[in-house]
Amino acid sequence: MDPMAAIKQTFFQECDEQLAELESGLIKIDEGDRDPETVNAVFRAVHSIKGGASAFGFEDLVEFVHVFETTLDLLRSNRIEATQQVAACFLRSSDILADLVAGAREGTAVNTDEVTAAKAELQALCQQAGGEGDGDGFGTSEESFTDLAFQPISISIDSIFGELEEIEQQTYHYIIKFKPRPALYAKGNESLLLLRELGALGSLRVECNTDEAPFLDDLDPEGAYFSWTAYLETKDDAKASIQSVFEFVEFDCDLSIAEADDASFDPPPAVEAEPAVVHEVEAFLAAAPELALAPEPAPSQPQVASEQKKAEAPSGQPQATIRVDLERVDRLINLVGELVINQAVLSQRVTEAGLSRASSVMMALDELEQLTRDIQDSVMAIRAQPVKPIFQRMSRVVREVAAITKKSVRLVTEGETTEVDKTVVERLTDPLTHMIRNAVDHGIESAERRIAAGKPEEGTLKLTATHRSGRVVIEVSDDGAGIDRQRVRQIAVNKRLIASDAQLTDDEIDNLIFAPGFSTTETASAISGRGVGMDVVKRAVQALGGRISISSRPGQGSTFSMSLPLTLAVLDGMVVTISDQTFVIPLTAIVETMQPKKESVHLIGSGTRLIRSRDAFIPLIDVGAVLHSRPSLADPTTQVALLAESESGGRCALLVDEIQGQRQVVIKSLEANYGRVFGIAAGTILGDGRVALIIDVDGIINSLRVETEAAENLNIAAE
Amino acid sequence: MTKTILTVDDSRTMREMLRIALADAGFNVVQAEDGIHGLEVLENVSPDAIITDINMPRMDGFGFIESVRGHETHRALPILVLTTESDDQKKDRARRAGATGWIVKPFNPTKLVDAIRRVTA
Repeated sequence: MDPMAAIKQTFFQECDEQLAELESGLIKIDEGDRDPETVNAVFRAVHSIKGGASAFGFEDLVEFVHVFETTLDLLRSNRIEATQQVAACFLRSSDILADLVAGAREGTAVNTDEVTAAKAELQALCQQAGGEGDGDGFGTSEESFTDLAFQPISISIDSIFGELEEIEQQTYHYIIKFKPRPALYAKGNESLLLLRELGALGSLRVECNTDEAPFLDDLDPEGAYFSWTAYLETKDDAKASIQSVFEFVEFDCDLSIAEADDASFDPPPAVEAEPAVVHEVEAFLAAAPELALAPEPAPSQPQVASEQKKAEAPSGQPQATIRVDLERVDRLINLVGELVINQAVLSQRVTEAGLSRASSVMMALDELEQLTRDIQDSVMAIRAQPVKPIFQRMSRVVREVAAITKKSVRLVTEGETTEVDKTVVERLTDPLTHMIRNAVDHGIESAERRIAAGKPEEGTLKLTATHRSGRVVIEVSDDGAGIDRQRVRQIAVNKRLIASDAQLTDDEIDNLIFAPGFSTTETASAISGRGVGMDVVKRAVQALGGRISISSRPGQGSTFSMSLPLTLAVLDGMVVTISDQTFVIPLTAIVETMQPKKESVHLIGSGTRLIRSRDAFIPLIDVGAVLHSRPSLADPTTQVALLAESESGGRCALLVDEIQGQRQVVIKSLEANYGRVFGIAAGTILGDGRVALIIDVDGIINSLRVETEAAENLNIAAE
Repeated sequence: MTKTILTVDDSRTMREMLRIALADAGFNVVQAEDGIHGLEVLENVSPDAIITDINMPRMDGFGFIESVRGHETHRALPILVLTTESDDQKKDRARRAGATGWIVKPFNPTKLVDAIRRVTA
């Protein structure tokens, strides 16, 4: 990769980190944290983004960051008080900053109105503070950047345009008197180098005044005794260039630069025939080496020291990390998966060989099993990431929705360090965003209604993550009005999701909001009405092998609870037999099992069978027939039916011969090793060493739908 | 002889840019992430010049410069401050802390090498 592109990537990665840092710092400030280090960290985050952004020429970004930084600087110097309003303004700005960063990364346009508004807000803060950020203070930065850039050195150009110059031969003469003070050397500057720079500007003669040099006994090795008079002849006006040569040292020396007319310009004769000034100076230096070598700098100034101590506030050792290609980690996880399978195979073989459990082989094998499990856990932990970044993103969602709905909502997060598989974290953003939007929009009541209900005006949204029995549970709870069951029920009846006389428990009514097609157009607003309902959330969570449920108490709020697997590399499955073949069906897809009775199975048309389950007819699918592992349809009464639900909410009953049990299996991609097979999601290897295929419940249900539709179309055509 | 430059900057982006720009110009590059780290690196490395950022966690640029200036063997090292600040106050403070010179961000490789040449023999 082109190095600049690679750095740009680093820059954006870093921006994400800095933005997270910025936001968490601002939230702390919002909550009343007055630790100067928090403000410093926030400032640094913005400052770092600015540094990188200007290097890559993201002008819009730089412009905004500059205003932001200037304002934060006022906060840092206590010229702005960190009130909640100020913190809120900064938080809004950090959102805009995130947008601008995203815009710069994707090359997309950013809503300029929002940027301008945020900028104006920041500038207003500055003006209140009467700080340097008033009006033109912002504009000047760009100019001063160029002011401070080093002046180009003119020699090369001279030689290119040499002929032109000769026609109009004009020369400039300068006499530069330069007397360093000890401080110049103490800061690591060097007279020789300055004279060398001067020499690069034109033709130079230098006279060294050694009059002040004391006798050796009186000589302070860190003193400054020499001064120089330099006669410079240039072809261009070089005053600015000369000044820039002394830019670093102008306060540590006596310096005079005078333009001289031809008459007064009287350089000393060259000491050597060679005109190169460097040689001249060096020749002189060679004559008095012990004096001329860079004097040792003076000891540092003690008064600066005390001032500096504060800046060194310890912030703890940063955690040592390495960046590893995700592919390598996945390869390792894969290999460990193989190891686990192999270990299971070995252990089954040993058992089959008839060794007693107390035998030394079995005992060693037990240890191996323990070890394998530990390795597996450790490897999975590599892919595990804290939910913190996504939780942080949610605080922005809350702010935005609260602003639109004009509600005052505080987000409280807990368990941010809880770790989940990287992919799970990534794919959690959308459903979680939707849930949060929903909670603020529908869950939390308006301020008036809250006050009327005797609740604090500010609503509280709680986002928590915890580990619970090998899964991660993420909960979103609000202290709002809870689910309006009567209304939900009415909507469900109107949309024909339930019969008007259906007897439902409170819980069942609450869970109706996850039903496909429930998405309430009636309540749809600018925020949650983006064409997705809670059924989409449910589907997304199920796609991750998770489950979602809701509990609600009228007047006290609702809690959405998501239970997610720690990793996507293993899966809880139901091991079943279908015509002597072993298959695995993901447990998350299975709702219940049942024993079909003859009278509950109905045949419709040619080969389509339905099974009656709780007043509903569900397509009965003979998995064996669908996968062509048996020639004809099996007799349902000799079989077991698994009521399964697809991610899109479709239901069907899967007919299998026998249930062997539940087991955690390591998922092996079939596509990567063989190819795509209809009805099969992946493969796994069981303890007996045999391959078992994992059934793609979604695929089967969807194909069924297509078939039915095709059949329906055919019927219509026939009519 | 190849010159060794120590860069001290908490931003990964900046470190990368410095590393590439300096390495391309033929310098040997040693990097540190903040002032404390910079001082640790100086225990084992004797660079020809240091380029440091100002705003850093743990120990900022001012503190770092001051510590180097107080160091027995490294106190004469040329130190260039990387700054996005254009205002003279910051520069003046860097100067008082003992910086040799400064480089205003954003820098290009020419500017960077130019500044190093101005302070190293």
